[in-house]
Amino acid sequence: MNETSKAGSPCHGLASSFEQENDRLSLADGSRVGVVGGGPAGSFFAYFLFSTAESAGLDISVDIYEPRFFTHRGPAGCNYCGGVVSESLVQLLATEGINLPTSVVQRGIESYVLHTDVGDVRIETPLQEKRIAAVYRCNGPKDSGPVDVAGFDRHLLDLAASRGAKVVRKLVSGFGWQDGKPQIRTTDGTAATYDLVAVAAGVNSRALELLRGPAPQYQPPGTLRTFVCEFHLGREKVSKCLGDSMHVFLLDIPRLEFAALIPKGEFSTLCLLGEDVDEELVESFLATPEVKSCFPDSAIPKPVCHCFPRVNVRSAVRPFADRMVWVGDSGASRLYKDGIGSAYRTAKAAARTAVFEGISAADFEKHFWPECRTLIIDNKIAKLIFGLTALIQKLRFLRRGVLRMTAREQLDAGRNRHMSNVLWDVFTGSAPYREILLRTFHPLFPLRLGWNLVAGNLLRAEHKIIVESKR
Amino acid sequence: MNAAILGRTYANGEMIVREGETGDCMFAIQKGRLEVLRTAKDGEVRLAVMEEGDIFGEMAIFEREVRSATVRALGEARVLTIDRKTFLRRVQEDPSLAFNLLRMMSRRIRRLSLEIAELKPGSPRTQDSLSLTDTERQGERRRTPERRQRAERRRAAYRRTSGPAAARAS
Repeated sequence: MNETSKAGSPCHGLASSFEQENDRLSLADGSRVGVVGGGPAGSFFAYFLFSTAESAGLDISVDIYEPRFFTHRGPAGCNYCGGVVSESLVQLLATEGINLPTSVVQRGIESYVLHTDVGDVRIETPLQEKRIAAVYRCNGPKDSGPVDVAGFDRHLLDLAASRGAKVVRKLVSGFGWQDGKPQIRTTDGTAATYDLVAVAAGVNSRALELLRGPAPQYQPPGTLRTFVCEFHLGREKVSKCLGDSMHVFLLDIPRLEFAALIPKGEFSTLCLLGEDVDEELVESFLATPEVKSCFPDSAIPKPVCHCFPRVNVRSAVRPFADRMVWVGDSGASRLYKDGIGSAYRTAKAAARTAVFEGISAADFEKHFWPECRTLIIDNKIAKLIFGLTALIQKLRFLRRGVLRMTAREQLDAGRNRHMSNVLWDVFTGSAPYREILLRTFHPLFPLRLGWNLVAGNLLRAEHKIIVESKR
Repeated sequence: MNAAILGRTYANGEMIVREGETGDCMFAIQKGRLEVLRTAKDGEVRLAVMEEGDIFGEMAIFEREVRSATVRALGEARVLTIDRKTFLRRVQEDPSLAFNLLRMMSRRIRRLSLEIAELKPGSPRTQDSLSLTDTERQGERRRTPERRQRAERRRAAYRRTSGPAAARAS
């Protein structure tokens, strides 16, 4: 593998210096990299692998195994996800030079509306700018007519292909090793050997199970069943009922942790997170007046597409081995939020490690694993935050206080928006959970919350706080 | 109005940043063109025109200085704001995030260097790379005879070792 680079041109000096350090496993000119899965994690990995390899003067090739074209509507081209690109990720991608075109963005989100049984409140971004993107992972919902949609996954895959990645339209059927190198086998009976394989298959993919044999130390992530469905409302009604806001619900329904309604072009996407979400939970949620009020004439239409996908709630164990790395959901992800952002972070960390450090398990443990560990530690704090959110869901007097405090902050432009900022970041997933928790340690936060708890529960005239009704 | 957009839309002539103002963010152009203007003696001078994909205002991220120029929309334009906090928080964890910015700033420095070279009298300075510019000549006049002699000796030594004559000799 290193022979080519040793005789390489002077412009490959930096790459050569990495390879000549010792006999460690590393990428060199002519190295082949296989990526299993062409979702955001796989595409980001390939994109950043090419970028960093170019900086290091490395000439490599990348094959992305993705049988789907992402041009189909419904499950055939879908990655089963709410499809929200967080505020922080939109900004980071723009810094990287990746801007999302209008054909990909189904709706720019500029605010959140929090719905509870004691009232609604609209939380606006301080800049009043659309920095959250509602996207489709595929080409629109099943049973929908042809719509003018360009999927987010397709956009990223095209971006990786434009950097030089080759998309292999084959279904992966197995893995193995040949001469110490990982081998990917496909359903048509062919096999290809690589210097490095990155697994970017989602938690709903069968590919993760296929890998348990060749990489016994790897244990797939823990998952939870969720619910995602699409309602066809038409562009006008989506604008009238939901506007440019994402609607989140804090309702006292057993087993329900989080629910959001996201406007997207002609449709709206409903996402439910909770303990083993089933049809009974979905029905009890849809039957609440708070949810019905978000639909035209308070009538909930029949969904055009629905699924019960699983999400990553516990990181994988040892998502790396010699010449192998697991990125995105198959490795580590933020709890409940910003899965695409986690894919970006882990994929980029893996690409950096592979180019600049090496491709052995020790290299990934030293340079890639810390990125995963940061997410894991943050998820522990997230559990505490979601525990507090569950308490607010259960206790009505708490809901009144939180809602009143948020509403007051939104009315007064000059006021420090302690609660609004906390809720904004919890809903959007824009800031690390650690930072969100630290914000609640501000001395004014408990004081103001205490006062609003008293005022919100004693002044019952304000029981139903409706700050804004521009829906 | 198209709802499937990101950023904020600015009308023709609308100002995105104003020279002299403090800032804590940078911007990425999502669509349209923007002009960069700077106040001079005779009024505003257009320094550059930026297009889709360009990033500007990055100096406010790295140094706590006021905006060095005004940026205005040339026709309708859409611009995304990138917070200093979001950028700096992430760049601590992933320094390579700054690569794209560094590449862009490097291109700007290269372009500015070319423009400065073109503005210098007598450019291009191909005849003798050690010939003096106007500023250097003024400096020479201010030097004492002794300092001038020392400078001349240094210049001659440089010519012998690495100047055009040395290059010809080698």
